[in-house]
Amino acid sequence: MHRIDCPWCGTRDEAEFQYQGDATVVRPDPDASEEAFFRYVYLRENPKGWHTEWWHHVGGCRQWVKVVRNTLTHEIFATGRAQEDLPLPGTRAKPRRRTRPKQ
Amino acid sequence: MHYSALSVFLQGLRGHKGWQRMWRAPQPKAEYDVIIIGGGGHGLATAYYLAKEHGITNVAVIEKGWIGSGNVGRNTTIFRSNYMFPANTHFYEKGMKLWERLEQDFNFNAMVSQRGVINLFHSDPQRDAFARRGNAMRLAGVDAEFLSPAQLKEMVPILDFENARFPIQGGLIQKRGGTIRHDAVAWGYARGADSRGVDILQNCEVKDILIEGGAVVGVETSKGQIRARKVGMAVAGHTTQIAKMAGIELPVESHVLQAFVSEGIKPLLDTVVTFGAGHFYISQSDKGGLVFGGDLDGYNSYAQRGNLPMMEHVMAGGMAIMPAIGRVRLLRHWGGIMDMSFDGSPFICKTGVDGLYLNGGWCYGGFKATPASGWCYAHTIAKDAPHRLNEKFTIERFREGRMIDEKGVGPNPWIQ
Repeated sequence: MHRIDCPWCGTRDEAEFQYQGDATVVRPDPDASEEAFFRYVYLRENPKGWHTEWWHHVGGCRQWVKVVRNTLTHEIFATGRAQEDLPLPGTRAKPRRRTRPKQ
Repeated sequence: MHYSALSVFLQGLRGHKGWQRMWRAPQPKAEYDVIIIGGGGHGLATAYYLAKEHGITNVAVIEKGWIGSGNVGRNTTIFRSNYMFPANTHFYEKGMKLWERLEQDFNFNAMVSQRGVINLFHSDPQRDAFARRGNAMRLAGVDAEFLSPAQLKEMVPILDFENARFPIQGGLIQKRGGTIRHDAVAWGYARGADSRGVDILQNCEVKDILIEGGAVVGVETSKGQIRARKVGMAVAGHTTQIAKMAGIELPVESHVLQAFVSEGIKPLLDTVVTFGAGHFYISQSDKGGLVFGGDLDGYNSYAQRGNLPMMEHVMAGGMAIMPAIGRVRLLRHWGGIMDMSFDGSPFICKTGVDGLYLNGGWCYGGFKATPASGWCYAHTIAKDAPHRLNEKFTIERFREGRMIDEKGVGPNPWIQ
């Protein structure tokens, strides 16, 4: 069971979330080449190891949570809000704690 | 050594001491005509058909672990060819025909059991969709029959026909579908390939693919360099990892799919049944265990184990159609890593590298495709051109907008 630390709701079970795929792909500009759109829609890194991905907290706050998770061990290293740039392990210091938005 | 009733009898007289190993454990040669990466069902079948159909016997099958340790032993053993799109229908029907003659062909008991595969439907629109698929199958020469609730009740009395939420309105049956002992498929193909001269190299991991001037020249392995002008990948689950060694990017993600076996019980189900309102498929093995599965866990994974939420979801699907199994205990469960392609259909094709071939992207459908996949892949490798049956299973189809999206859910592998 994955336990995902939602920045808004706290740690919740995987069953509350809907996976939404690789969070590293970025939609190209509207006038970008066909090749750029082909890559955006169809090609993925599919790493064996750390993967930055979206989990939609569909059974909770309905926010999209960014998660850094290991595809081999299922360990979760960091979670954050959509606009956050989460580091992969080894690239910057310690695992990040979730950051709650200011009330 | 030919297996027959007579050989069993004669060995019985000698205390069964004369049986030989089913395949050798050779040392790798410096060079082969063809190298197949991956000693699973598809890789072994490919080597078998390369030797048998095309006379290419100087072949090595390179396997990281032991043969059959991957998905060929991690499925629910079902085979069928009830697809709607022509590219799939004809390909899987080729597989069906090979399954029907497989045991005589490779002289090994794979316990092929054509016990029928029934897809249940639960609503009027679903009935129409199933009728359409059944008609498409029949037009392509594949067997399909429509079952009324009365016919179904006679065949599978334990179903919950009056389920309040998902009443069973009927089913579509493919009577030639059924189950097979999956390990025996790997062993039978391995034995058949080995006896024709194919070297099966176990515990030998491919570390790199060697390319010179745009053409493949061999592979670097944990047992040293092995050269060949033709190299075929058959490592579904890890296809993107191997393809990366040759600089090939693919529309594939790796996902985990679980399967389950219950304790052995008395005969309850003599066919294969799938739930139409969720994703659940079940059969009963000859040992009495109920063998069943459902959806992917639904997140990228290379771990050969799944998680509890999907187990609960699968069991819920089972309870919706067969509440009688609610007290049966689960004996074992496991996970296999699927190559989930972005349209739900596979690849059997050439790549941008001369002499390098791709077989992967099998999604849920890999096991039932094993013979057809091996047969078509062997043809593609031997002739350096695809067979008519697999010519649409290319990588380029995504760029060209010719996806074979049987399920039509868009480029989201985790819901294919």
